[in-house]
Amino acid sequence: MAQLGVASVSFKAENPPGDLAIWFFIFAELLVFGVFFIAYAVARSHDVALFDQSQLLLNRTAGGANTVVLITSSYFVVRAVAAIRRGDAQRCSGWLLGAIGLGAVFVVIKLAEFHAKFAAGITLSTNTFFMFYLSLTFFHFMHVVMGMVILTAVAFKARRGGYSAEDYTGVETGASYWHMVDLVWIILFPLVYVVH
Amino acid sequence: MQYKSQAVAKPYFIAAIGLFVGQILFGLIMGLQYVVGDFLFPEIPFNVARMVHTNLLIVWLLFGFMGAAYYIIPEESETELFSPKLALILFWIFLAAGVLTILGYLLVPYATLAAMTGNNILPTMGREFLEQPLITKLGIVVVALAFLFNLTMTMLKGRKTSISLVLMLGLWGLAVFFLFSFYDPANLVLDKFYWWWVVHMWVEGVWELILGALLSFVLIKVTGVDREVIEKWLYVIVAMSLITGIIGTGHHYYWIGTPAYWQWWGSIFSAMEPIPFFMMTVFAFNMVNRRRRDHPNKVATLWALGTGVMAFLGAGVWGFLHTLAPINYYTHGTQITAAHGHLAFYGAYVMVVLTMISYAMPLLRGRIANSNKSQVTEMWGFWLMTIAMVFITLFLTAAGILQVYLQRVSDTPLPFMVVQQKIALFYWLREAAGVIFFAGLVTYLASFFVKGETKAITA
Repeated sequence: MAQLGVASVSFKAENPPGDLAIWFFIFAELLVFGVFFIAYAVARSHDVALFDQSQLLLNRTAGGANTVVLITSSYFVVRAVAAIRRGDAQRCSGWLLGAIGLGAVFVVIKLAEFHAKFAAGITLSTNTFFMFYLSLTFFHFMHVVMGMVILTAVAFKARRGGYSAEDYTGVETGASYWHMVDLVWIILFPLVYVVH
Repeated sequence: MQYKSQAVAKPYFIAAIGLFVGQILFGLIMGLQYVVGDFLFPEIPFNVARMVHTNLLIVWLLFGFMGAAYYIIPEESETELFSPKLALILFWIFLAAGVLTILGYLLVPYATLAAMTGNNILPTMGREFLEQPLITKLGIVVVALAFLFNLTMTMLKGRKTSISLVLMLGLWGLAVFFLFSFYDPANLVLDKFYWWWVVHMWVEGVWELILGALLSFVLIKVTGVDREVIEKWLYVIVAMSLITGIIGTGHHYYWIGTPAYWQWWGSIFSAMEPIPFFMMTVFAFNMVNRRRRDHPNKVATLWALGTGVMAFLGAGVWGFLHTLAPINYYTHGTQITAAHGHLAFYGAYVMVVLTMISYAMPLLRGRIANSNKSQVTEMWGFWLMTIAMVFITLFLTAAGILQVYLQRVSDTPLPFMVVQQKIALFYWLREAAGVIFFAGLVTYLASFFVKGETKAITA
């Protein structure tokens, strides 16, 4: 982490990092998920027993593993930004590819979970809890896929020398989006899988 | 006007305004029929008046969009239109088809019209807003495809800007989603489900892209603000429209036989639909405040600002009023919907087309802006129509609230027709506001004929 600290001294203070437009997206995405979480809480308060009972059917190990996977991927993305700030485009794209790989791990684990639920005959219409579980995790899943697409585009551009120590807004833009995807999961996992 | 071929926009704009007048006349007829049930019966029954009123709206807005696109795409692409001739041929085909269809509604009983036009081969008629005979629908597809071909070819040979890209995306989307009007399953739930793919995906989806592009184009022209700034706004607005609008379709699926999760999906996503409209308002005012030139066409700027505000109120706020499932449980299909429909269509789509006409028409007539006198007359038209529409909306909202209460909420609910009698006062008030609206429209028309000193176009 020493590298990070040293490097940050020489950065011009930018607030917020990345393209301003991505922050409008992030705000909008967080708003939609935020409203969804509030709706979940309200629906749960109307039928706590059903929610608690249904929640036990979720695979917490898979959810927990995916939490670790996403947090680790976010760390990789942080390293990628630090690398490009030093002008090290190769390392930047390497860290990004690592993050994308972890994104793929998340996708595989999540698909296995979905498969298990569908195989057990669970659908959006099973009950209110599973409506929320499937909707929330599916929308989040789509965001992971979207984030992987963005990171892939950034990684390729980095590899081609499209960013430098002076111009790395694109990397920060992609990184900001990925952290948002991670953040939503960090709220979603305890809320839907764990909290009783 | 920088390119000669932009002139093809002119007949489209004139036809749009002509059909607009027809739409308002039928609106007045129908508004009166709400309270004088047998007015003009049997010549023009209510269902026919309604069909003509709504169909004319759609057709004239399409004329407006097409005219706008023919004006914008050459200028943005910095090249002449691929084929001005094709554009003019399509104009006459579309106008003839539109007029014949309306005459068909008025002169032939609807069932006979259906039999005459091959509805038994592929049934598509008899559904709200999609009442057009099969041949008209096919005609719309042909005209739309040729129109898109013409513009896409123009764009391909010239400069590609964000505005033209978003505009073309909206117009292609418009054509693609219209194809669902040919799908008419016997299952009523499925029928309604896909019907919304035309209706909702148009007005709460791809049309918003067209709206954003038109507004951005006019704002660049009248404010002189950097294209980069305006384009960034446009992208964010478009993204927000699609994020909220696509799954927001669910707010139409609450009580029509679809699974219950649509109540959550529809409520949550459509609750966000006001956001892009609010951004449009902020965008319009922000750009005008940061303007770098004082464009002599003041009234076009007024229309652009008006679009931002009224679209937010009509589509955003009045839509939000009844978009949440627990509220919509009571308000579904009442005058609340009519109130929202009026202000949303006027504030978003009518006003943006009039913004475009207000900006482009003087240029098409060889001057940078109309005379001061003409502009002041047009501003009178703006205020009369806009204020009248606000009152139409308020009266219908009052009627709707009463209707919901008397018919659905009260401990002793009354039958539909009894309630209609009780809220008749508001229908009378709405009709009076409608007459004011018509006066505003006449004033607006008059502004085209007001002379006065004008500035010639200078480079």
